Amino acid sequence: MNTACFTTIGIGVAFSPNLKANLYEAARLAIAFKARLLVIHVGNQTTEKDKILKEILTHFSQEQLDYKIIYELGDPVAVILHSIITKKIDLLVLGALKREKLVTFYLGSIARKITRKASCAVLLLIKPSVNRVPCKHIVVNGLHSPKTEKTIHTSFYVGHYLGAKKLTVAEEISQQKVQVKVNDDKSLRKATIVKERLRLREDSRVKKIVEDVPASFKHKIKVTTQSIFGRSGYSIGHYAQFVRADLLVMNASDTASFWDRFFTHDLEYILIELPTDVLIVR
Amino acid sequence: MKQKEPKIQAFFKSISKNIFPGFVVSLIALPLGLGLAMASEAPPIAGIITAIIGGTVVAIFGGSHITITGPGNGLVGVMLVAVTTLTHNGAYAAVICSGGLLLLLGFLRLGRISDFFPASAIQGMLAAIGLIILGKQFHIMLGNKIKCDSNIDYLLEIPNSIINVFHMQDTGLLYAALAGILSLCIMIFYPKIRNKYFQLIPAPMWIVLISIAVSYYFELVLEQPHPIHTEYMLSGIPAVSQIIADMPTPDFSHLTGFLFWDNVIALTLIASIESLLSIKAVDKLDPQKRRSNINKDIKALGLATVVSGFLGGLNVVTVIARSSVNVNNGGTNRAANFFHALFLIIFIWLFGTQLTRIPLPALMAILVFTGYKLAAPVKIKETLLIGWEQFVIFMVTLVATLTIGLISGILLGVLVTLIMHMVIKRNHKYFFRFLLVPNVLMFKEDEKEEHSYFISVKHYCTFLNFYKLKNKLEAIPETSDVVLDFSMCSFVDHTTMDSLNNFQELFDKKGGNLDMVGLDNYGSDSAHPFALRRVINVPNVLQNNFTKRQAKLKEIATQFSLEYFAAKRKEVSFLENFKYFRTKNINCIYNQLYNSKTGFLLFDISYSEGEFIAKEGIKSTMIYIPLENEIPKFVLEKEGFLERLYSVTGSKDIDIEDHTDFSKRFYLTGKNKDMIKEFFTDELILFFESNPYYHIESDKHGLLIFNRERLAGIKELKAMLDFGKRLKVKLKEIHKFEFVLQH
Repeated sequence: MNTACFTTIGIGVAFSPNLKANLYEAARLAIAFKARLLVIHVGNQTTEKDKILKEILTHFSQEQLDYKIIYELGDPVAVILHSIITKKIDLLVLGALKREKLVTFYLGSIARKITRKASCAVLLLIKPSVNRVPCKHIVVNGLHSPKTEKTIHTSFYVGHYLGAKKLTVAEEISQQKVQVKVNDDKSLRKATIVKERLRLREDSRVKKIVEDVPASFKHKIKVTTQSIFGRSGYSIGHYAQFVRADLLVMNASDTASFWDRFFTHDLEYILIELPTDVLIVR
Repeated sequence: MKQKEPKIQAFFKSISKNIFPGFVVSLIALPLGLGLAMASEAPPIAGIITAIIGGTVVAIFGGSHITITGPGNGLVGVMLVAVTTLTHNGAYAAVICSGGLLLLLGFLRLGRISDFFPASAIQGMLAAIGLIILGKQFHIMLGNKIKCDSNIDYLLEIPNSIINVFHMQDTGLLYAALAGILSLCIMIFYPKIRNKYFQLIPAPMWIVLISIAVSYYFELVLEQPHPIHTEYMLSGIPAVSQIIADMPTPDFSHLTGFLFWDNVIALTLIASIESLLSIKAVDKLDPQKRRSNINKDIKALGLATVVSGFLGGLNVVTVIARSSVNVNNGGTNRAANFFHALFLIIFIWLFGTQLTRIPLPALMAILVFTGYKLAAPVKIKETLLIGWEQFVIFMVTLVATLTIGLISGILLGVLVTLIMHMVIKRNHKYFFRFLLVPNVLMFKEDEKEEHSYFISVKHYCTFLNFYKLKNKLEAIPETSDVVLDFSMCSFVDHTTMDSLNNFQELFDKKGGNLDMVGLDNYGSDSAHPFALRRVINVPNVLQNNFTKRQAKLKEIATQFSLEYFAAKRKEVSFLENFKYFRTKNINCIYNQLYNSKTGFLLFDISYSEGEFIAKEGIKSTMIYIPLENEIPKFVLEKEGFLERLYSVTGSKDIDIEDHTDFSKRFYLTGKNKDMIKEFFTDELILFFESNPYYHIESDKHGLLIFNRERLAGIKELKAMLDFGKRLKVKLKEIHKFEFVLQH
């Protein structure tokens, strides 16, 4: 099957107030996926730090959490990116920050850099919590891209292990694809017909991908599709926020060039303002 | 291609229908054209040339249907500056260049440039233009030609001119003032006279006819020279052959100067704004409910302006007053515009020399009246009612336009609006942070239910980014149902509210429905329905500021004989026993429709999914029905809506025998299986099967009904209300039946 398989989950930790919540989330994920948890700290190893981390993780000893704490020195971004490759991490967990006063979440500069460059899947958590918040509804992108198949399959894999009830595949259809500009009644009718045709085409494409997902992964999950007409990369985030999805699964962007900082597109919209927890599949 | 022939036939059939409206419009266009050209200090015939070229070119190439094109009053102020700074021939070159710019705007699909200006700033600018026209022409109307340095001075001189009338020695001037005052009276009192025959001829034409009649009366009956000073008589109406011979040669020598392009840009800006406002307004009048192709129309206007400039005419714009006269007289397509031009040619050709019998003050009275209408005190009052901040924007734009100039005026208006928004929001970074980020989501909600769209707007919606929402709205057929949700949006300005109101009217007219939800909790500083709205944390001081939705709710309340309370209510203990709210945190309920006798209650509710989850609050519309008799606790759901997580609690779907279809379509859970089975009688099951799906829940003493986890639009709300009422009646019937059984 064309899916990512999470056998090693990595988390970079700093000794911030969010530490406990972040570790709890990562540990729960490791248990759910039956994976090994690597806790990476960029800094000196001290007995005090060791004690704090181990104390938090003993909470999961009953579930037989397999974990390892790594201390390394250097630039946080470089260290974590390097460990992804050397330690063969499949999934990296990162916590987001909350914008003051506003109920919006964004990534810190380090997390953002790692997200752009990481070679494995990245899970961005908007509000890590010590108590478990069930993952009920997953929204996944159905973009017309070769990566989409893997993304959708992975989302079923994740949904299965996290016990999700519903999965929505959202196909974003951009204005460029419609190709009819609305000027008057006539062009409006034409545009509406073209959109309907596109919607049906995209729907059948996505359904085909979903059919290939092993039945064991989807028998408990209700699958729906939804076409959205709007800027790709943006609309899906807004949609996920609107339907109050618990997890949004996205393709990694094709390129992460210098220009992407200036001309926001695809993933970058989501990184500016996280609508919900986001999993980026690579 | 097959369709084309009947279309052409239909077109020729409709032509005959458009001759009369074309004629009536030409009656107004003639005096207005003369007056507007003279107010711009161009030769009077220039106005007629503009109307003729506009009528023909736009009729052929235009994208709208029932609009009339010609010289516009908004351009008078700009044209005046162009003529004084660039001389006549230079001004014609500026007109040609602005026509070229308009063409370019049309090709770049930027026709809607006026969308980027705040509504109040545009109103302020139009009022300033009105004052410029009024200030300049008022003196000529009273037979007192003066020359002042600035627009303000002209306005300040008005009292002197009035006093001057009483001291006039020269009878020639006195008669001129008299003609002006009489004409102004005709303009003012014309709409008040309700006589079928009198109303056949438009007011400006009455002025022309009476002037000519008076002139002949003096010439033929009294055999005296015309009493009005010759300086105050219309002059320079050349014969057709002379017009062609005297064709001006546009002077392009200023082409490199800043002043030239300043004028060109001002002309283009005002021409496009005036045209767009008019097209939008006229589209609303169209009995056939067609949508104008704005960019095509702008292109046609640009082309017409270029041609007009070469022939010695002014900018061609779409004009609202003449267009509405066209619609009122039964104009159905662009042929009316063409006929209006044709009749103008005939007038000039046949009666050109008669026009010199019209006194100037009479013509200027028409302009003074139009100027006054643009700047009427009512307009100022209206903006003040919308909010103090709109009034500030309006006044700043007005004063700046009068004193500095048109472009500076409108730009200052934009700046002030921006500052006002920052002051009100108390956050200056906010508007820049999300300026370029998309903020609108649109999707078709129920795939099976066609034509039902949902739009959600995030962050803020002001004149800066309204075009994003507008693009989405324009791509929706107006026959569909649309719900526009602002609950994720924290700031909505007046420009948006105003434009959305236009959209609402358009949808209403074409049989669709545009509902705005999520605005009811927002605060605003005035009671006006289009006032700027923002999220505020302090309790709303102005309790009777209703949004459109709230006003509609009030209406519905009276229809269904319910009481309406808009205010928030925190005491919601009656909801606590419902399973749905067990894991949720109710913030408050508001917009209650209440029946005090039965306790029937429809409300909007704001709640969140538990304390520790960071997601923002949910807003939804629900119904609560208290019951007289105790019924079993149950939850009835559409099958497959498992996301509402009842399965987590371990209860299972209860199947009711002999109703496999019902069991298949609905998901019924509850603890006391037997009692529930007893409760769901055949009759009740049939009721649920034959009605739309709702989530229905009982807590023994009452029922909770809702549809989606979002606010309901007015249409949906009415359907819900109806469902709730019928369900209640049904339950009563069944209860009675059970009562009989027990005895």
